[in-house]
Amino acid sequence: MLIIGEKLSIIAKRVREAMMKKDKGPIQEIATRQWKEGSGVIDANIGPAEDGGEELMQWMVTTIQEVVPLPVCLDTTNFKAIEAGLKVHNNQWGKPMINSTSNDPERFPILELGVKYNCDVIGLTVGKGGLPADAEERAHIAAEIMGRAMEYGLPLDNLYLDPLVLQIATSQDHARHVINAVKMFREMNEPPMKTVVGLSNISNGCPKTLRPILNKYFFVMLMDAGLTAAIADAHEMAEVMQEKSIISDVIAGKEIADKQKMTEIHKTLDVIMGRTLYAHSYLEM
Amino acid sequence: MAFTAPKETYSGKVYPVTIGTGDKAVTFGGENVLPFHSFEGVTPSRPVISTEIQDVPPADWPETVRKPYEAVSGDPVTWAKFCQDELKAQAITVRLVGTHPDRENRSPADAVKTVKDLLAAVQVPLIILGSNHAEKDTAVLVAVAEAAKDKNCIIGKAQEANYKTIAAAAMANNHKLIAMSELDINLSKQLNILITQMGFDKEKIITDPMCSALGYGIEYTYSVMERIRLAALTQNDMTMQQPLLGDVGMYVWKIKEASAPEADLPQWGALEERGIAWEAETAAALMIAGAGLLVMRHPRAIKEVENLIDELV
Repeated sequence: MLIIGEKLSIIAKRVREAMMKKDKGPIQEIATRQWKEGSGVIDANIGPAEDGGEELMQWMVTTIQEVVPLPVCLDTTNFKAIEAGLKVHNNQWGKPMINSTSNDPERFPILELGVKYNCDVIGLTVGKGGLPADAEERAHIAAEIMGRAMEYGLPLDNLYLDPLVLQIATSQDHARHVINAVKMFREMNEPPMKTVVGLSNISNGCPKTLRPILNKYFFVMLMDAGLTAAIADAHEMAEVMQEKSIISDVIAGKEIADKQKMTEIHKTLDVIMGRTLYAHSYLEM
Repeated sequence: MAFTAPKETYSGKVYPVTIGTGDKAVTFGGENVLPFHSFEGVTPSRPVISTEIQDVPPADWPETVRKPYEAVSGDPVTWAKFCQDELKAQAITVRLVGTHPDRENRSPADAVKTVKDLLAAVQVPLIILGSNHAEKDTAVLVAVAEAAKDKNCIIGKAQEANYKTIAAAAMANNHKLIAMSELDINLSKQLNILITQMGFDKEKIITDPMCSALGYGIEYTYSVMERIRLAALTQNDMTMQQPLLGDVGMYVWKIKEASAPEADLPQWGALEERGIAWEAETAAALMIAGAGLLVMRHPRAIKEVENLIDELV
């Protein structure tokens, strides 16, 4: 499982301030921590970055790679910023990744960059027409993106299909659609297509104490479905790896010694699979 | 070969709720099937329609629905007696809209007097609603819950912002409670959980997922109600097994279709019929979605929905 460290995002206040002040300290500290925690790629999310995006992305890529021997995932809708970042990316530490193309014509040119700079490209399975309704619609969009990748000359091995994780607090059914979509994506090619998710969006809008719990068990379900990569908190994912065997035991219907943990796992899996209706206090019921 | 209708079996049921006291008490809920699916299980009670009045004259209601109450609506007690004795209302809902700070800003003491007078004058169950001003409702509903102690009323509406005080007052004075959330099934469940975590009996809650009129988002209300019912029945979700409220009249009689004159919009048809039909249609749709308690205004719309219930049960 490839973990793409999610923490360098403009959404986080500390990161945003560091980006604005071009203060390398916090960026390098966070990048280093994610590397030590097991990330294989560092995501650099600079937002839409309409002004000064090119310079900002170059600064991010070089700042990260000064201290961390990992490739960077260039995460923005700004085409020029991505290309600028790719020009300075140090490929000796691995192929850069682009987040993302989709089925929206405005995002097709991203594929050209993928080919020109030999990158991995995330293909988000959304179109111009809004959010996909279920796993089948995600697979349909995935097929379009795969066709287009081939048209542009991007090897399918460089494409990571992203089924788009939505918030469980408002779009509960999509949790299981995403799990099914990962299984379906894999079957769309031989060898299986690579898949990636923006994991923590599942718990966006949920109480803070609940977020790691939902993230972790959702991750296990996705891992069982065959997920290749996750944009996630490497620290949380390292914890999952330690608990993986007991979680798998519970999924398989076995009893475990820690009854409280077992209840937590059961209730969370029921919510993820849509067997009980989500509410912020579902663990207390 | 004879046709056998496919039957669904459900694992959960809706709690029955009884309001009022003595002979005039009414019960709704109690079914273990989707609305009117009596061929699949038990449907012990009909949906209950409560006729809406308010604490101040209905100057804000359109003429169609003001007219039937013209002679009585100057005074809530006369109005309520008319509903009970002449219209044979099963229950009366008094909306204390005059307590809203942007309206007459009546005090909690004023509201208490209205409620006490009503309780002394009518025997049918009383549903007591605030003005939907979260802060003012806290003071008003606590006072009226106390004034109506042991009369087994419904107090409403408790929302996320004020449920603690209102639920505590309903609990202390033996009332049922409306828990309202805004068209979000997950928040509706959450509010029911929070209220029961206070020690409030889950079987004394009525869930209001928020109403909307035909043409003004009724499909959202319909869908939330339907999903709540399915969670209650198919997933046996005990936090979603409360009867549902359709607070119909208030939402219908403020839309333009209920008041736009024929002279301006002849293609919309007769004004009076239009408004009445609109209220009846909205109520009927929500009843089919799962509402067991409807709050309505126009006597003829109420009659139409009663006729429909007769045909469906």
